[in-house]
Amino acid sequence: MSVAIIDYGSGNLHSAHKAFERAASESGIGGDIIVTSDPELVRAADRIVLPGVGAYADCRRGLDAVPGMVEAMTEAVQGKGRPFLGICVGMQLLADRGLEHVTTPGLGWIGGDVVEIVPDDPALKIPHMGWNTLDQGQDHALLAGIPTGADGWHAYFVHSFHLQPSTRDTVVATTQYGGEITALVAKGTVAGTQFHPEKSQKLGLALIANFLRWRP
Amino acid sequence: MLKVRVIPCLDVKDGRVVKGVQFVDLRDAGDPVESAIAYDAAGADELCFLDITASHENRGTLMDVVSRTAEACFMPLTVGGGVRTIDDIRNLLLAGADKVSIMTAAVNDRDFVRRAAEKFGTQCIVVAVDAKKVSNEGAPDRWEIFTHGGRKPTGIDAVQYAQEVTALGAGEILLTSMDRDGTKIGYDIALTRAIADAVSIPVIASGGVGSLDHMVEGIRDGHASAVLAASIFHFGEHTIREAKEKLRANGLPVRID
Repeated sequence: MSVAIIDYGSGNLHSAHKAFERAASESGIGGDIIVTSDPELVRAADRIVLPGVGAYADCRRGLDAVPGMVEAMTEAVQGKGRPFLGICVGMQLLADRGLEHVTTPGLGWIGGDVVEIVPDDPALKIPHMGWNTLDQGQDHALLAGIPTGADGWHAYFVHSFHLQPSTRDTVVATTQYGGEITALVAKGTVAGTQFHPEKSQKLGLALIANFLRWRP
Repeated sequence: MLKVRVIPCLDVKDGRVVKGVQFVDLRDAGDPVESAIAYDAAGADELCFLDITASHENRGTLMDVVSRTAEACFMPLTVGGGVRTIDDIRNLLLAGADKVSIMTAAVNDRDFVRRAAEKFGTQCIVVAVDAKKVSNEGAPDRWEIFTHGGRKPTGIDAVQYAQEVTALGAGEILLTSMDRDGTKIGYDIALTRAIADAVSIPVIASGGVGSLDHMVEGIRDGHASAVLAASIFHFGEHTIREAKEKLRANGLPVRID
């Protein structure tokens, strides 16, 4: 199995690469994890990962700047049904639009907009930064074996905006931070985490292994 | 619920941990990567490397340390010390740091914070605020920014400075009381609260931890989002777990997975 982590100049992919390698080897699934900006390798991959840090518009611009990348992703995921995982801004890019400073079109694979977090308690700090638990809204293969709820495992978040889906059926898990924050979305073969699995220790490695096993 | 973070900090010089970490059976107590792996296993919420390498030529060893740590530890890593340029930040992020802490460069040129945040995103720019109390006994509290390890006054008001760097795009403030650093008598709670209440971004309390109660005070009374400590963990006085149990016993939410 080959897993392509898309390199489009957004942040460091070193730890994501190593986390996928660790999860693949520890779970016994194995596989060839590559970091690439080559659309042909993305088109050929069995699984695709889109990371992303920083501002929404910058990430979109970076992705568009790689010739043929959005087309290759769309063909592999929407055409051939390859499993796809977006991480942080990579997850937010799945939405219809990003409303961070300017309105930026997303991929439109998960209906909804990416909006600023406005906690109902004004004393809460922004960014939402640190470890938080997940509230599971529906069963999903990506959360198999991962304890959720107030006493569950923790995921590492760092963000000031979040995806507000237009329909509840794409929301797999949320977290609480002065209101509900979308943590994990999925639709068909497409999934995305607002948190960073590559930085979420135990929960993160378990989720990555689940993604490698996932047969949507 | 978002948890309070407990962050061990390692001083790194020429690629080696200064003073060493003695709390676990490390093969090499001076290897930052081994220490990082031990803290990862112990349940630290993040890790902080402070590079105190004097010469620029030896910075390469830090990049190697950061890179090897990021390969082995799947937790957030902040690296600070001697960060002066956009290229310094880029190199650390590419090596595997999640956040980069900037100090003197931000004091000298506030706009550096804005440029860094615009380039790499607010989420990875930490501004280190080293402050000392300058008000007289009985007068209203006032703290100023000091550079050069607390030796050089700048005349800059610490609370105003924290607000300014927040507006420029800092994602977090690493606040160190230079009066308390190394004293083990506890954080400067009045300073911590003054800054934490004045800014909208998370504040990490640092400088002066000598007991687990000090950590409780830093969060509960100082309103910090995270507590940073060095020697209390390195020398085996307390484990990360004990710190978290203490915080939890005082009604503060912690992560124990």
